[in-house]
Amino acid sequence: MLAELGHYALVLALSVALIQATIPLLGAWRGDQGWIALARPAALVQCLLVVVAFAALMHAYVTSDFSVLNVATNSHSAKPLLYKISGVWGNHEGSLLLWLLILVLFGAAVAMFGNNLPASFRARVLSVQAMIAVGFLAFVLFTSNPFERLLPAPIDGRGLNPLLQDPGLAFHPPFLYLGYVGFSMAFSFAVAALIEGRVDAAWARWVRPWTLAAWCFLTLGIALGSWWAYYELGWGGWWFWDPVENASFMPWLAGTALLHSAIVVEKRDALKNWTVLLAIVTFSLSLLGTFLVRSGVLTSVHAFATDPARGVFILAFLIVVIAGSLTLYAVRAPAMKGGGLFAPVSREGGLVLNNLLLSTACATVLLGTLYPLFLDALTGDKITVGPPYFNATFGPLMLPALIAMAVGPMLAWKRADILGALQRLKFAIAATLAALFLTLVLAYDGPWMAIPGIALGVWIIAAALEEAAHRLRLFRAPIGESLRRLARSPRSAWGTTFAHAGAGMVIIGIVASSSWQVEKLQVMRTGEQVAVGEYSFKFLGATAIKGPNYDAVRGSFEVRRDGAHVDLMTPESRSYPEPPMETTEAAIRTGWGGDLYAVIGDPTADGAWSTRFYNKPMIHWIWMGCLFMVLGGLVSLSDRRHRVGAPARRNKNAKPLEVAKSVAGE
Amino acid sequence: MSEQIEEQNPQRRWLRLVPLAIALVIGGFLFVGLSLKPKEIPSVLIGKAVPQFDLPAIPGRPKGLKSADLSGEVSLVNVFASWCVSCRAEHPLFMNLQARNIVPVHGLNYKDESTAALNWLRRYGDPYDRIGADLKGRVGIDWGVYGVPETFLVNAEGRIVCKHIGPVRQEDLDEKLLPAVEALRQGGTAQC
Repeated sequence: MLAELGHYALVLALSVALIQATIPLLGAWRGDQGWIALARPAALVQCLLVVVAFAALMHAYVTSDFSVLNVATNSHSAKPLLYKISGVWGNHEGSLLLWLLILVLFGAAVAMFGNNLPASFRARVLSVQAMIAVGFLAFVLFTSNPFERLLPAPIDGRGLNPLLQDPGLAFHPPFLYLGYVGFSMAFSFAVAALIEGRVDAAWARWVRPWTLAAWCFLTLGIALGSWWAYYELGWGGWWFWDPVENASFMPWLAGTALLHSAIVVEKRDALKNWTVLLAIVTFSLSLLGTFLVRSGVLTSVHAFATDPARGVFILAFLIVVIAGSLTLYAVRAPAMKGGGLFAPVSREGGLVLNNLLLSTACATVLLGTLYPLFLDALTGDKITVGPPYFNATFGPLMLPALIAMAVGPMLAWKRADILGALQRLKFAIAATLAALFLTLVLAYDGPWMAIPGIALGVWIIAAALEEAAHRLRLFRAPIGESLRRLARSPRSAWGTTFAHAGAGMVIIGIVASSSWQVEKLQVMRTGEQVAVGEYSFKFLGATAIKGPNYDAVRGSFEVRRDGAHVDLMTPESRSYPEPPMETTEAAIRTGWGGDLYAVIGDPTADGAWSTRFYNKPMIHWIWMGCLFMVLGGLVSLSDRRHRVGAPARRNKNAKPLEVAKSVAGE
Repeated sequence: MSEQIEEQNPQRRWLRLVPLAIALVIGGFLFVGLSLKPKEIPSVLIGKAVPQFDLPAIPGRPKGLKSADLSGEVSLVNVFASWCVSCRAEHPLFMNLQARNIVPVHGLNYKDESTAALNWLRRYGDPYDRIGADLKGRVGIDWGVYGVPETFLVNAEGRIVCKHIGPVRQEDLDEKLLPAVEALRQGGTAQC
């Protein structure tokens, strides 16, 4: 019964979305206040209806209602509750519903808290938001109904892929989607601005927090996903340039560029066209990503073709959204003229460089991801584009971006002095040279790439810290004044410091763990010992254990360093009956210096076990760096400018122009 | 300032169309990608004995594959590669066949690097009884393989009974391959 209610709520939501997509837009065009005012209640009702539908599906999963086909296919009564819940979005239909849920929640947030937006502009934004919802609702209802019944109901479900039964992955999709869908706000604002024919500082001030929040979620989602790959897939890799990973990385790159170019629009009233285009592109890539992952046009071109209705619908929707918005852009963008002029060497110039490099890097990833498809379509050849391509193209593009990102925050707006900026970074330069020298001495026999790599990471972190020290006048003014400055300096500047330092940490983590990793593959018998770098692993034996819904073999390894006991590591190899699958649970010991990583594989015929060990120095810096980036985003988000600086609430009937001007002049 | 519509340099105007053009080209390719279906040509090898071959195992995994291994019992031969993304789609089905011991599945690892293949099997599971490493793709040519994945049904005399092009779906198993396996086991003939 609840499933039918959920289905019905979706049908109602579609009708509400259709109204919301048209009437307020027409109202804003005709200047009809009544039609404009419809946007807000429509967005709230639509949100409520989708929440009901999502709750109905959640209920079916939690109570293991196997008369619902989706639950029977993807859940099992013996599963722990957490994975029953995460099972809701662990499949195609349910994940689309989650996407939709987040979309309407964001829409409702604009409806509720968008009081300081001009009413007609808000109506347009909500209409565009509803158009996206119409597409998704129609897709769910016509091709991927999660509430389809299965009669008679089976006794038990088919289970969720055991690889996905993991806390890291349970929360990976929601964060990723919060990121993807968050960019829909930037998109809706961009399209509404194109319809309105105006982009100004107030617009940027509205777009930036949404983009920033979406970016934080996406960063967290990607980090969770790679962390999951690292400890669950059992071969120590954390990034594979897999089409599915690229699908989330492309919106991240475009979103990072958008984040920075919106600053220029806000502060200097320049780069408007470009920022609007980036907003459209970022969301388009999010859409592309969702569909690449969900429907597997790339993971499996042929599997996609097996359900032509779904494939054609998806493509039609992508074309309407992306080509529609880009056509609007082509027509309306010339109307928007940038204001602020600036010299090539300036803060704006630095941000333009950042944008050029990030978007080119994004384009290379897009090309590498879609190239197998292009080639298949043109010649029928089937190839794969692997890490060699991405390492050869992406790396060199990011290198100048990373070097420059340390200097950027030191440059003044309009016109800057690069030598002066470098002079102000003299401690960072000294630290970089010291790092260069130290790695040269300590790791001269390692891969040579490690030496400049580590220095680059140190350069970014040290420059971020030195920039912050200048802001506080640390060591140059009395400590009291530094503290006063600490209290007063804008949070957004601190956001930059954290996020940039985080990026430096990621670089150091990547370089150190890939250059100085020690790997041992060994067939071991009980009592045998193997040396991995300065550590030794002694195999104490393997025992069979029983988990809640799996059987496992657990190996015990005593880890010693210089003869002294360090730890006991117990990796597992699990086998799940429903659906039948083997997974590895690596044992990971995180220390200050890095991770020790142990995996137990299959037994050999004569009673020995295949084992793998890694010593990965500083690998946890990668995820710590990601957390720092997210922290930076959150700190910047808490900047009072985003709350106070936005136009104060005023008469709802105020002319949009006045509001915009009052902000620009603030 | 931003309200006024400026005259644009006509030479730069077409630049605004570039993003749209790129999106449409990509969309066109995606559309072609949608309709990319393996051509359903029946293999000339159907009814014939499997080609003569003797392939080594993937280094690091026991059991290679040769012609003689394919007689004695009904089996499936799955052509796969770690670089083949559609192979992932069908892979869980083979895992299932193996876990339930329904029919032995052998692998023909087509034009693949051995470490990549091993990692792939580690990541997605290893449902295969024997795997022959066809590094150069020579054996694949003898089998008439022109795209990966492909799956062959071989009877107990070592003759190819049918060929499935593209990833195997649950329906293909239920409606085509498994009934044929059953019929062959009962001593009958099968066509698909």
